[in-house]
Amino acid sequence: MDLATTLLSRWPYVFTIVLLLIGLYGMMVKQNMMKKLFGMNIFQTAIILFFIVHAYKTGASVPILDEALGGDPATYVNPIPHGLMLTAIVVSVATTGVALALLIRIYRAYGTIDESELLAHLRDEDGA
Amino acid sequence: MTTPMPESALPILVTVLLLFGALATVAAGLVRRRLAWPIAFTTLVLVLADALVLLATVVRGGPVRHTLGGWAAPIGIEFVVDALGAFVVVVIAAVAVAVGVYAREAVRRENPDQEVAFHGMLLTMLLGLTGMVLTGDLFNLYVFYEISSLAGYALLAVGDRKAPVAAFRYLILGTTGASFYLLGVGFLYLLTGSLNMADVARLMPGLVGNPALPVALALMIVGVGLKMAMFPLHGWQPDAYTYASSTTTALIAPIMTKVSAFVLLRLIFFVFGVDLVTRLLPAGWIIAWLSAAGIVVTSVMAIAQRDVKRMLAYSSVAQLGYIGLGIGLANPWALTGAVLHILNHATMKCCLFLVTGSVALHARRTSVAQYAGLGRAMPWTFASFTLAALAMVGLPPTNGFFSKWYLLLGTLRAESFGLAAIVVASSLLTAVYFFRLLERIYTAPATGADLPRGDASLTLLAPTIVLGVAVLALGLGNAWIVTQVLQPSLPGATRLPGM
Amino acid sequence: MSVDPSVETSVRPLLAILASLLAVPLIVASDRRPNLRETWSLLAAFVKAAIVLSMLPAVLAGQTLVCPLWQLSPGVALELRVDTLGLVFAMVSSTLWVLTSFYSIGYVRGAGEKKQTRYFASFALSLSATIGIAFSANLLTFLVFFEMLTVATYPLVLHKETAEARRGARMYLAYTLPAGLALLLAVAITWSLTGTLEFVPGGFVSTAHGSPELLTALFVLFLIGVGVKAGIMPVHAWLPAAMVAPTPVSALLHAVAVVKAGVFGVLRVTGFVFGPGLLSELGLDTALAWAAGATVLLASLLALAQDNLKRRLAYSTVGHLSYIVLGAALLNVWSWTGAILHLVFHATMKITLFFCAGAIYVRTHKEKVSELAGIGRQMPITMAAFAVGSLGLAGVPGVNGFVSKWNLLSGTALGGEHLLLGVLALSGVLNAAYFFPIVHTAFFKRSDAFPSYGEASPLMLVPLVITALASLVLGVAPDLGVHAWALALRTASLVTGGPLP
Repeated sequence: MDLATTLLSRWPYVFTIVLLLIGLYGMMVKQNMMKKLFGMNIFQTAIILFFIVHAYKTGASVPILDEALGGDPATYVNPIPHGLMLTAIVVSVATTGVALALLIRIYRAYGTIDESELLAHLRDEDGA
Repeated sequence: MTTPMPESALPILVTVLLLFGALATVAAGLVRRRLAWPIAFTTLVLVLADALVLLATVVRGGPVRHTLGGWAAPIGIEFVVDALGAFVVVVIAAVAVAVGVYAREAVRRENPDQEVAFHGMLLTMLLGLTGMVLTGDLFNLYVFYEISSLAGYALLAVGDRKAPVAAFRYLILGTTGASFYLLGVGFLYLLTGSLNMADVARLMPGLVGNPALPVALALMIVGVGLKMAMFPLHGWQPDAYTYASSTTTALIAPIMTKVSAFVLLRLIFFVFGVDLVTRLLPAGWIIAWLSAAGIVVTSVMAIAQRDVKRMLAYSSVAQLGYIGLGIGLANPWALTGAVLHILNHATMKCCLFLVTGSVALHARRTSVAQYAGLGRAMPWTFASFTLAALAMVGLPPTNGFFSKWYLLLGTLRAESFGLAAIVVASSLLTAVYFFRLLERIYTAPATGADLPRGDASLTLLAPTIVLGVAVLALGLGNAWIVTQVLQPSLPGATRLPGM
Repeated sequence: MSVDPSVETSVRPLLAILASLLAVPLIVASDRRPNLRETWSLLAAFVKAAIVLSMLPAVLAGQTLVCPLWQLSPGVALELRVDTLGLVFAMVSSTLWVLTSFYSIGYVRGAGEKKQTRYFASFALSLSATIGIAFSANLLTFLVFFEMLTVATYPLVLHKETAEARRGARMYLAYTLPAGLALLLAVAITWSLTGTLEFVPGGFVSTAHGSPELLTALFVLFLIGVGVKAGIMPVHAWLPAAMVAPTPVSALLHAVAVVKAGVFGVLRVTGFVFGPGLLSELGLDTALAWAAGATVLLASLLALAQDNLKRRLAYSTVGHLSYIVLGAALLNVWSWTGAILHLVFHATMKITLFFCAGAIYVRTHKEKVSELAGIGRQMPITMAAFAVGSLGLAGVPGVNGFVSKWNLLSGTALGGEHLLLGVLALSGVLNAAYFFPIVHTAFFKRSDAFPSYGEASPLMLVPLVITALASLVLGVAPDLGVHAWALALRTASLVTGGPLP
């Protein structure tokens, strides 16, 4: 009973954890490298969500200074995590870009983006 | 409260030089390809000079800081540099200069089409790595971490056609690690409201008992441990190092994982504090025994390898285990050994990978069997190799011996004869794969048709020899480094008696 | 800090080490000009011996020469110290190196060996390490040079590069590297327990530093560390296997440098680290004495069974090294004097025998004892020298071996160890049993195997005559020349606290 209410009252965090696990599942279990990439993206998004969620204050406004609301911090959502996550999003985008570029290279060289097939190719070429 | 830390522009100069150096390299290279290397190399030399001045300043006058943009900490981001940090930056810069000399010919011969991008990425990666060491802000560290990682993925993908596969796998794992670290930062921010390392450290004692704290610690350790290739999170490393180009491996192997180890040290000793860490988790012993297991397992795997680069890659994981072991034991001797090994392993491994690169370029040989009889054909190269190999085994008076000496004293101080035995036994395992290779190099008849005539060219050879000599010099002079540079900057409780 | 007037700072210990160290790059650079290259070796040998001998007057007068270098680890310095024991070892190695250098040149050219530059360079490096071991002031310095010796001698064992040589070299490493690690562990534990590593006559470790079990374990680690090089059984097996090396290597290294470094280490550990008091308190002296005694007998018996001449000499060396260990373990003035004297005298005798074996090989390519019938008629001088060496090792009066043995026997008597006295006596008989027949066969058996060979070149012949003569002269006047007797006695009394008679 207690556990259920605790989880329900903190449902955004629960959701974050669910996303994290989905992302991990994708990265670890899926053999297709594109799907791994998706998993990674979901994983990163989950973390971004985590930060944003705990920046939230009930009834508060966006973290942009508004003349009408004045300078009281309690009326604004915490701006720092938002700023941090803007950076994190940029990082995520850049990483995805690099990953996609790598996938294109791999596909051109081997004709597949399945991890187990690729590893087999690698071991073959090593033994040669 | 002690006197406030003096401000200095030297730390940020490192970042600025590398940033603008990278941009200038790419810009100039697009105009004229041959301009890329000179600009990149000049940047590296300037960075080394700056790092040395920074080290001298800090050793003499104590830690310095630089607040970015004039925004005061703890809200603003600041760079905080003590002797330990300056020391690591010097190691990074020195290795980079050595590899820089080597890169001139190596990159032109191995990957001529990507030369410009390569040098640009090199500088970017160094930007990230030095930033990780210099910064005093937890999130800023994440940013630099990812900068170095992204550049690293790009660099590792330049090689033969197997390289992108290894790089992609590293990308997935590395990003996971970085994300774990970021999550840990998020937890800490939740708990303390601050991102500044010193500030968080100050607030830390008041948080004891909060269940979120050990989670934060664990997340950050795993996150950094992945990039550090701490056993058993090391799986990405052997493939990545083996398939990458020789320059990349020679640069990344000595320094990337060391910087992560340094970050781990910072987190455990400066942000959380050793006492707190031991109270929250038996983290010290976990790290120490995982490292010890890693040393043994990867040393055994190294013995089984037929490709020299792969053998050295497994060896690198083992050597990093020593650093992890020292950090985990957390007593003055062990820490001294761990930090000293950052320098020592960097010189040894860089030398070894430069040799494998030279041999691949000059003699077109890569496997243990093919190295037979090359000792006569490339005498200077292999003389340096021999010195570095003896250092890896830990024979005095090379520098490798002394890191092991301090680590051994550390295990004895912690009264762990098991760990002491592992440190000692690992030397034997290392001896097996190195002496076997040395015997083949010098006494077996040469295989294959085309033996190289004469040794490798000067730009390939010079850094190799310098590092080989450094291995001896740093060994004989290690006490000076320990007493003048390292000891003053380790936290009070972890200083050697009488310092 | 009070200034001890008997301690004098001098740069000569360092110069002695540097003499051959600096020769190494010169030798390598003279690869294409053999005569120049050999000149460097000879020059280095002469200079080194001269520097070492120049320190004799001061040490005899009671001084200790120190040469502190720099810190090697916080609290421990790389430091050289010339005391009576160190000087004895250094004098033996450096003077015999002069002779071995000439001999080497003759052998290597006579046998047509390849890779001579590597050979001479490794030799020079090995001698630097040996002198470094002799002059180490503390355990860490000792460890550094001890390991350097392993690395420097490896190429020499490997020299011929045949499959057998590679096996021998691998075995050499398989024994010496773990031993080095045991020594490293022992030194690290000593530092952790006591906070100091300086050699002190009479020892510096005491029961206050740890439990008897811990100290015993520490002693065992030390013994493994130095005992491998000292050929104590059961970790002796590398020594016969290393006979695959060229004979000058076997002669100098296995009569003088490597194995004597091992027993020197045993002497340092028993006399200057643990000390007689602690060892007898823990009962370790008895254990060591029995291990040594067993080695003496077993090695002598095994020597009888060897047909390969050098292997027979190798087992003989194993036995005689344990004479020294036995002397150390008995912990009294006479046994220590005998032990140190045997370090010197065994060197001269054994090197004579190895020189002879090498001369025979170069001239006839014969390696087996069974093939040596009648060779005495073709190489009379060589075999006469061999006879002298054999007599001395068997303990016959007139040769220096008798003097050291007499002291050792006195030591056993003084310690009331009559069983060990019997072991030493029996060993003498066994020595005779495995050496005298060789001489007899060489001179008195007829054979058509050697129509006419004649002696080896003067480069090889003269050194072996000199060492044989030295053995004879020292047999009559043991204190002559380098004052081995006086130095040994002084060391023994310093260590055991016994009176100087």
